[in-house]
Amino acid sequence: MEHAVREEQGNLVVSFRGEVDLEHSPKARAVLLGCVERGRDVFVDLSGVSYIDSSGVASLVEAFQASRKKGLKFALVSVNAAALRVLELARLDKVFTIHESLPEGDRGGA
Amino acid sequence: MPETRPKRVLQLRFPARAGELKRVRDALRERLEGCGCSDKSCADIVLAIDEACQNIIRHAYRGESDQAIELEVERRGDRLVFTLTDEAPAIDPSRVKPRDLEDVRPGGLGTHFIRRVMDEVEFLQPASGRGNLLRMVRRID
Repeated sequence: MEHAVREEQGNLVVSFRGEVDLEHSPKARAVLLGCVERGRDVFVDLSGVSYIDSSGVASLVEAFQASRKKGLKFALVSVNAAALRVLELARLDKVFTIHESLPEGDRGGA
Repeated sequence: MPETRPKRVLQLRFPARAGELKRVRDALRERLEGCGCSDKSCADIVLAIDEACQNIIRHAYRGESDQAIELEVERRGDRLVFTLTDEAPAIDPSRVKPRDLEDVRPGGLGTHFIRRVMDEVEFLQPASGRGNLLRMVRRID
């Protein structure tokens, strides 16, 4: 799994690539919670994620809940079919805010 | 009937470590494709087996271990039979239950995924008399 964090219009955009599995989800969790800790709205780009398991999904849920506690926005972006299927199995596809792409020029997009 | 005679699809023995699971997923995916499973079925089954292995690592071995997990896949007609055995102390199968998904929280999804994907899931007594044996069945589609 690889990841990158960038700033875009005052938000943090976290991109993951590859497999977010039991071996790598602790890193994903740390990256996501670190972004929330910075007090910014977070967009998680999952377009490059070829596989995600329950531990990866748990990292997303934990960061989502941490964001809510801080009154911040947390959204998933460009969720590919593989990741979306797992979110559907977990019935989280209706819990997360999911955007097809990054909202352009819309800081309140999440 | 020859088509119902069990045919071994895959047998893997590996240490109960997170770093082993990618290799297991890749090998399983390749064999499932060879059995004629659709892309969606392959992805679902690979997820379910991965989650079952994770449950063994986390709950049976109580963390990563050099002790083994064995995965065996057999084809019986239009069904695939998966058995996962370990050498850990026996677990209480009644405690391995999917949780209520209405309660949105980070953990506890793995068992739910297994139950959603597999047509049959049961814990059996291993022939050796020790460890755990999880048997799962999924129709090929």
